[in-house]
Amino acid sequence: MPHFEKPAEGSWTEHYGLGTLPRSYADSTSPAFYELEREAIFGRTWLNVGRVEQLSRVGSFFTKELDAAGTSIVIVRAAKDEIKAFHNICRHRGNKLVWTDYPGEESKGSCRQFTCKYHGWRYALDGELTFVQQEEEFFDLDKADYPLADIQCEVWEGFIFVNLDATNATPLEEFMGETGASLAGYPFGEMTQVHTYRAEVGSNWKLFIDAFTEFYHAPVLHVRQAVSDEASKLQEYGYEALAYKLNGPHGQVSSWGGMSPPKDLNMVKPIERVLRSGLFGPWDAPDIGELPPGVNPAQHKAWGIESFLFFPNFMILIWKPNWVLTYHYWPTSYNTHIFEGSCYFVPPKNGAERLAQELAVVTFKEYSLQDGNTLEATQTMIESRTPVKEFPLNDQEIMIRHLHHTVDEYVQAFRQQQQPAPSPA
Amino acid sequence: MSDTTVHVPTVNLPAEFADLAPLSEWILPTERERYDKRIATPMDGLQAFYDALFPRMEEAVAYLAQVPYDGMPDDAANLLWMCCSLVTVSFAVEAWRQPRVPDSGAASFNAVLEPAI
Repeated sequence: MPHFEKPAEGSWTEHYGLGTLPRSYADSTSPAFYELEREAIFGRTWLNVGRVEQLSRVGSFFTKELDAAGTSIVIVRAAKDEIKAFHNICRHRGNKLVWTDYPGEESKGSCRQFTCKYHGWRYALDGELTFVQQEEEFFDLDKADYPLADIQCEVWEGFIFVNLDATNATPLEEFMGETGASLAGYPFGEMTQVHTYRAEVGSNWKLFIDAFTEFYHAPVLHVRQAVSDEASKLQEYGYEALAYKLNGPHGQVSSWGGMSPPKDLNMVKPIERVLRSGLFGPWDAPDIGELPPGVNPAQHKAWGIESFLFFPNFMILIWKPNWVLTYHYWPTSYNTHIFEGSCYFVPPKNGAERLAQELAVVTFKEYSLQDGNTLEATQTMIESRTPVKEFPLNDQEIMIRHLHHTVDEYVQAFRQQQQPAPSPA
Repeated sequence: MSDTTVHVPTVNLPAEFADLAPLSEWILPTERERYDKRIATPMDGLQAFYDALFPRMEEAVAYLAQVPYDGMPDDAANLLWMCCSLVTVSFAVEAWRQPRVPDSGAASFNAVLEPAI
């Protein structure tokens, strides 16, 4: 008997028609499949690379290494109301245009123009080539023919996205779909107090998304983070989401969460009691006004957290005490990726609020350290020669089924496109 | 603190918390330094720090609640950072009973961006 109502079909999985068979994770252990993902997904979908607050004034820029898409890009505020993205390559001899100290590391700063370190070619913030060293030595070189190679770049709710497919015809807003529309208007821009973490994880990128889109593991893997009475209650109760919503390639999980503040103070650790904060964030939430309809869509009283997965690799978690966590998973090979997690808060008014935020941030870190290492344990085994190749998924793991299914669809569509049409007999 | 701050040997803490000066090694301005120190400190050292500071936390929180975040004076920032160290250490003492996160192996999870204070 479920604690929360399920769709008429009896399960979320059947409601969304995803099938209930066990599935293989061969899509997470194959270098060849990863090469297909790079082309079919990372090379042609909208990817979130940052937020507008990172580009505070004209000339502010940052670079992003997009291994999965096979390029490095530079994102710049070219004008007051214009953000542009370029392939990070000089048109002269192909040197990486923007980097500091280590060519492979990301860089950020502010400039009036981009100057190549190699031969001093200069580009305006809008990409125009403005200066060529000893221009007269070249042969019929017209600077207008050599601007920086630009990339489609659009902003949704302050989040900057790029699409590396020059032929892409789907505007970002359309790609974000109903899921994005239902979240529009959330005051992300007020949450300018940011803590960002980064980890190199020894697993396929999808496996970490899998871990963060199901909470079935939470009462087990993270049991020691709860006080013991609470831990046994959690394990007995297990986990059920309030609701799941899938829209095209995107999806969301709506979860309960009564920990901010808890009903009974003995449920939480001493540090949480004294700082009035914890995993779900500071208990004394800032007032940010009414929330958009995509947050707690079931309007459930027990609601505590809304987790969105925007395909392929961007998650937004909206917590009841009015703060936000984002996750990015950047593949670096079929069995490694870089994970980035950022906590966004309304800036604290005083030192005590800052301390309450610190506890939320550090709790997130401790959980992630547990999750990250568990993933390496999963990756090594699904990659091994063990005969175990098919794995069941329960209804609370619907987001996993959906993600792997969506990846399959993108890869299949790409393969079909690549195949030449059969010649008429 | 800016680079121009003149280093003085006494620990700059609010007067009410001057007695916490012996814990000054835990005044660390970044999360990474705080976590590294936790990992490098044996459990009895972590427990001793926890036992010394935790009973003062209620008072510290009440004090810090009166200090505006913008333009926070150095003495309050030092107290804040010491309390942040307690947050980091509390997981070892209250949850793990060991400095490291259990089963975290060689995994690392590093702050690449955090507030200056």
